[in-house]
Amino acid sequence: MSSDVRFTDFKSDKQPTWCPGCGDFGTMNGMMKALANTGNDPDNTFVVAGIGCSGKIGTYMHSYALHGVHGRALPVGTGVKLANPDLEVMVAGGDGDGYSIGAGHFVHAVRRNVDMTYVVMDNRIYGLTKGQASPTSRKDFETSTTPEGPQQPPVNPLALALASGATFIAQSFSTDAQRHAEIVQEAIEHDGFGFVNVFSPCVTFNDVDTYDYFRDNLVDVAEEGHDRTDYDAAKEKILDASKEYQGVIWQSEKSIPYSEKHGVDADMSQIDDGAPEGAMDLVREFY
Amino acid sequence: MPADFNWAIGGEAGDGIDSTGKIFAQALSRAGRHVFTSKDFASRIRGGYTAYKVRTAVDPVQSVVDRLDVLIALTPRTIEENLDELHDGSVIIYDGERTTMENVEIPEGMIGLNVPLKRLAEEAGGAIMRNVVALGAACEVADFPIENLDSALEKRFGSKGKALVDNNKEAARKGRDYVADEYDHDFDYELETTDSDYVLLNGDEAIGMGAIAAGCKFYAGYPITPATDVMEYLTGRIEQFGGHVVQAEDELSAINIALGAARAGARSMTATSGPGIDLMAETFGLVATSETPLVVVDVMRSGPSTGMPTKQEQGDLNMMLYGGHGEIPRFVLGPTTISECFWKTVEAFNLAEKYQTPVYIAADLSLAVTEQTFPPETFDMDEVEIERGKVVDEESIEEWQNEKGQFKPHAITDDGVSPRAFPGTAEGAHMSTGLEHDELGRRTEDTEMRVEQVDKRNRKVETAREEENWEPREFGDPDSENLVISWGSNEGAMEEAIEFLEEDRVDVRFLSVPYLFPRPDLTAEVESAENVIVVECNATGQFADVVEHDTLSRVDRLNKYDGVRFKADELADDIKATLQEADQ
Ligand SMILES: Cc1ncc(C[n+]2csc(CCOP(=O)(O)OP(=O)(O)O)c2C)c(N)n1
Ligand code: SF4
Repeated sequence: MSSDVRFTDFKSDKQPTWCPGCGDFGTMNGMMKALANTGNDPDNTFVVAGIGCSGKIGTYMHSYALHGVHGRALPVGTGVKLANPDLEVMVAGGDGDGYSIGAGHFVHAVRRNVDMTYVVMDNRIYGLTKGQASPTSRKDFETSTTPEGPQQPPVNPLALALASGATFIAQSFSTDAQRHAEIVQEAIEHDGFGFVNVFSPCVTFNDVDTYDYFRDNLVDVAEEGHDRTDYDAAKEKILDASKEYQGVIWQSEKSIPYSEKHGVDADMSQIDDGAPEGAMDLVREFY
Repeated sequence: MPADFNWAIGGEAGDGIDSTGKIFAQALSRAGRHVFTSKDFASRIRGGYTAYKVRTAVDPVQSVVDRLDVLIALTPRTIEENLDELHDGSVIIYDGERTTMENVEIPEGMIGLNVPLKRLAEEAGGAIMRNVVALGAACEVADFPIENLDSALEKRFGSKGKALVDNNKEAARKGRDYVADEYDHDFDYELETTDSDYVLLNGDEAIGMGAIAAGCKFYAGYPITPATDVMEYLTGRIEQFGGHVVQAEDELSAINIALGAARAGARSMTATSGPGIDLMAETFGLVATSETPLVVVDVMRSGPSTGMPTKQEQGDLNMMLYGGHGEIPRFVLGPTTISECFWKTVEAFNLAEKYQTPVYIAADLSLAVTEQTFPPETFDMDEVEIERGKVVDEESIEEWQNEKGQFKPHAITDDGVSPRAFPGTAEGAHMSTGLEHDELGRRTEDTEMRVEQVDKRNRKVETAREEENWEPREFGDPDSENLVISWGSNEGAMEEAIEFLEEDRVDVRFLSVPYLFPRPDLTAEVESAENVIVVECNATGQFADVVEHDTLSRVDRLNKYDGVRFKADELADDIKATLQEADQ
């Protein structure tokens, strides 16, 4: 780790193929800034991504990275972090990736509280498959596969996280660059699973949840004097559907990360040349 | 007196059948006798018939036979279920004071020993010890010194205090004395003891032990019969060697967590059974495409769907050989014995890392849940070799960088194997993906690169074919014109079947194939034989198909798919029948 790392060191030389104006540009820039600000460098950072426009992020960043299968980035991140706690692990994905096919993994990753950061680029639509309803799409949002809208209430990811025992819940807006980077940085610094839902507008398929919409409806909890360690206040904000909140909404003061609870702190990549010392005792147990 | 002795205890699930059987098996093993155990169990915890069977001899035993000499029957159904295996002179120990056993009929020609198990147990300190009373009774019948049972009881109950151990010893003596006093009968048995010390373990435990021996530090899994024992074995043990076990929320997660750990550089494994393999299929392809070393164990059970979860089958071969969309380079190792479960696991980790590709271990229920005795040196840890393959460090990485100083994790090489940089290695940062990619790991749809990468990945298999040993294990008469081929747990039964066949003057050459992909080329063996029979526990003959495909010859098939493993004597009869049919 070196202190003179700049956020551009996390940029790969691959030009993003995201649509011009896509919210994911801002989301990624904020992540890179947060990583640099927390003193990480590309060689100690592992980025895991799922599938979707959002999932392409690992390609445009420079770090150790795995671009996995749809919805399963969180388990991969879990394995990476537990096998080598020295790595800074960032998991990124979309709302379809994380709250639909990966919803089960989300709940359990939250419960496990592994010390990593999960950034969801929530554009309330399936981007890469060209505009179908996602779990966070509005009830009446018309799409190619739901001509009358999904007719089901959207998933509230923050509520899902809170109900699953999350220790850090935040929300940010990709285009509010400074704030977004700050919030991701807090998630990285959190001792445990840091979850950030990012409003990351899709300029191609979502004409409802637009930059203008978020600008008009965004309220920063910090400006409201919200106490992030007050569970009831957090619950109230999370269940309040009338506004879109930005900021760290909930942070538990009692977070004990998985590794501490289970005593997993070794870099497991190093092993002996033969069977580990004491292995013959394993045989003797069967007498 | 027969050379081997067959004993069983049966009752309802919840009757403590398993632990009682295991205590007796351990007593025999500690007395220097070879033991082979098998279980009949239903997929429920209470209710449902279950039995634990033990075959023992002074010489090695490695299969079950159709014979029961002494049966401890806790329920009438236990007798019904085993009628076929009981014979004239078989001894049935039961508690006539138990309500369900009051009016039980002992089949003609057999010897019923009515022993008040519960009452005697209460006298010794508690009804819970009634099965131990039965073990004492069995010692008397088998003329087996009860002191051997003491040491197994110490092992089982030692951690719970001396008083409990003493009570159990007392309970066993009450059973022994009751039979000696009440039955004036000279039984046919006399279980000899020897000075040898054996270890007794099942295939799942051998896989877990092999993993630790091979330096596996990370395991993620989701419970499923009959693979759960692997996870239970590793839990609490792997930690002592600096590792960790995660119980995932499902198999999709399990294989992805294991994949993450492998990417971080750990030797990593997951184990499951058929339904879990189905769920893992998508990620299995990602593991191969991202060139990640990973060991995936499939302890097969009867399928399809949830099938018969507690019954034997070898029905997943096609899934392991061909499963997953697209074309996936992989290795499939099939341990044929419990000790091979250990060694093949060690080998699986070496192959996975040397060739940076997933390796299936194809185990089956019969291997997983049956226990067998071995001399401890069978698992000589000094013999374990670790090969990590092409891992680069800060100095050697330069060789694998392009002109811009970027590391090439998927470099096109002659042997198909690229360099591997564990995260944290300076200048090694790179991307891997399930998308087709270039040498840097970045997505590409370039037609030439696509072909080069596919060829490169497949080349690993060709390299391995040349560099590794894929030979079958050979038994029987090498010159026989009758060739029997099998895979998986059938080896033990087949080896003993050869002896039964010899008694009937039928010679066979037997090849047990522990490598399913790549696998030995059996063309010469098949061509030189008059009759070829492929023996396997499935209905369609999946391995027979493979042999026909490889050798371009027709083979006979001997399939068993009723959920029960082959028994040695039964297998000998089936082979004779198949050979006769072929002669007609
Ligand atoms: C198993 C599987 N099912 C379906 C797909 C197709 N698929 C690719 S991207 C995607 C939706 C992604 O949506 P989201 O996570 O919201 O990401 P976005 O593209 O909007 O950033 C789907 C369904 C897939 N790749 N894998
Ligand atoms: S389709 Fe939408 S989410 Fe995908 S790149 Fe374009 S703007 Fe971004």
